[in-house]
Amino acid sequence: MSIQLTVFSEIEKVAAEHSKTLAPLSDETVLMNSGLDSLCFAVLVARLEDKLGVDPFSTAEDSSFPVTLGEFVRVYENATR
Amino acid sequence: MKMRRGETDILRHRCADFAGSRRHLYGRSRSVALDALAGGSAFGGRLEAFAGRSVLLIPREQLNAAVALIELDGVARRIVICTPDVPLDYLRAIATTAEVDAVVYDDGTPDPQAFGVPLLVASSADVAARPAGVSDIRQTEWVLLTSGTTGVPKLVCHTLASLIAPIKPVSEPPIWGTFYDIRRYGGMQIFLRALVGGGSLILSSAGEPVAEHLGRLAEHGATHVSGTPSHWWRVLMGSEARIMGPRYVRLSGEIANQAVLDGLRAAYPQAGVGHAFASTEAGVGFEVNDGLEGFPADFVGTGKGDVDIAVDDGVLRLRSLRTASEYIGADAAPLRDADGFVDTGDMLELRGDRYYFVGRKDGVINVGGLKVHPEEVEAAINQHAGVSGSLVKSRKSPITGAIVVAEVVLKADGAPEARSALEREIIALCRRDLAPYKVPAMIRFVPTLPMTAAGKLLRHA
Repeated sequence: MSIQLTVFSEIEKVAAEHSKTLAPLSDETVLMNSGLDSLCFAVLVARLEDKLGVDPFSTAEDSSFPVTLGEFVRVYENATR
Repeated sequence: MKMRRGETDILRHRCADFAGSRRHLYGRSRSVALDALAGGSAFGGRLEAFAGRSVLLIPREQLNAAVALIELDGVARRIVICTPDVPLDYLRAIATTAEVDAVVYDDGTPDPQAFGVPLLVASSADVAARPAGVSDIRQTEWVLLTSGTTGVPKLVCHTLASLIAPIKPVSEPPIWGTFYDIRRYGGMQIFLRALVGGGSLILSSAGEPVAEHLGRLAEHGATHVSGTPSHWWRVLMGSEARIMGPRYVRLSGEIANQAVLDGLRAAYPQAGVGHAFASTEAGVGFEVNDGLEGFPADFVGTGKGDVDIAVDDGVLRLRSLRTASEYIGADAAPLRDADGFVDTGDMLELRGDRYYFVGRKDGVINVGGLKVHPEEVEAAINQHAGVSGSLVKSRKSPITGAIVVAEVVLKADGAPEARSALEREIIALCRRDLAPYKVPAMIRFVPTLPMTAAGKLLRHA
């Protein structure tokens, strides 16, 4: 599965578990408007670490922060490269 | 702003306009001019009735609580400062322990009649003339609640003097903004920094969208903004972070990691970024302004500055004029040891020339500033008929500092499909009984749990 699909599917799982209504997911979706709160993001980043083997936010080398979902996916793509 | 010799330092005296500039407390829908409070009152003729009383402060709105604090300091004997999330049963127990004989509430308080006190007064932000002759020379006890315990919070007794002891003089009056509730220690520091520093304060409001709050911070020209790392993640992951341009950005309330510090430096290149260690009992221990997580090992020692810092058995202990004096209650444990040190319960690890925070001695998990006792989560998990035992642990998170995870031992080994059904059932039980931040983010099924020689769960494996 591509990184993007993994990220999207984990987001949908976390949202369902936390009874959050998700905005339609696209590269342009702003993370904070996606429907997830910071607890959901914390769970998401931990799950992705287990799936992909990296937590780019604990080992951040470049300090630009992802604002959109597309940027978020790219952070993982760069970290797993 | 200097106190005259012999004059009791009370908060109202810190509200006068400063150097010709107008000062405000800005709420979400309204604001209060501070100079009006310096000589006015929102309690009006009721103010005198608070003289010498122990007051339970339970308005929902932060602005109402802030106005009441300014008025009651120096008048009341004791102010018990409650956050709106404290359940009524706990409030009743707190009122008894703190010998409460007055209650201040607002429209949003669920059941202000529940305490059977002789004085029940609605607070507001409508300031009128102050009644003449109300004595306000008393040193009022400021009682803050801990969130670190299961059951009824502990009552931590401060004075205005201990609360403002960490605050250094500033050259220019700040306009502070805080994502934190001012009724918790971290937010209270910001409230007092704004008042003592001759500035203004932009209060947060429960349920307010981040973008709207940032818009208010920008509109009022916030120069200093404070929040927990989790608050700051929410800001950084939105598209509006840059609409404000603070000179100083502060993190406290949970451990700041390098990613959030770097993110803030990138978002606010013009600003100083500092993280503070504080606890309700110990007060502000230190502030770290070098942009790095952890703190320099040479902070540790006695007689070096305002705060004596010790690390014993890997646990941080603090002694200063900033610490609380005691827990209130007949059977309360001592808050300080014989030497005056407060045990923070925070465990440290020395790596190179810096100390790093590695968790809590008591196993308490700090999820975005909210404390979780593993035992409470284990009790929820262990209700499931298929579970023979569980161990709830902290897992590090760059976003919330930590999240809750669980290891579970089943009574019978099931097939993998049965396990995923069991996992869903266990999570459902936890969701039913626990707040969302306490529900395990992951469950791992294990054959056994680590035990100590005495047969207790080994929490620090």
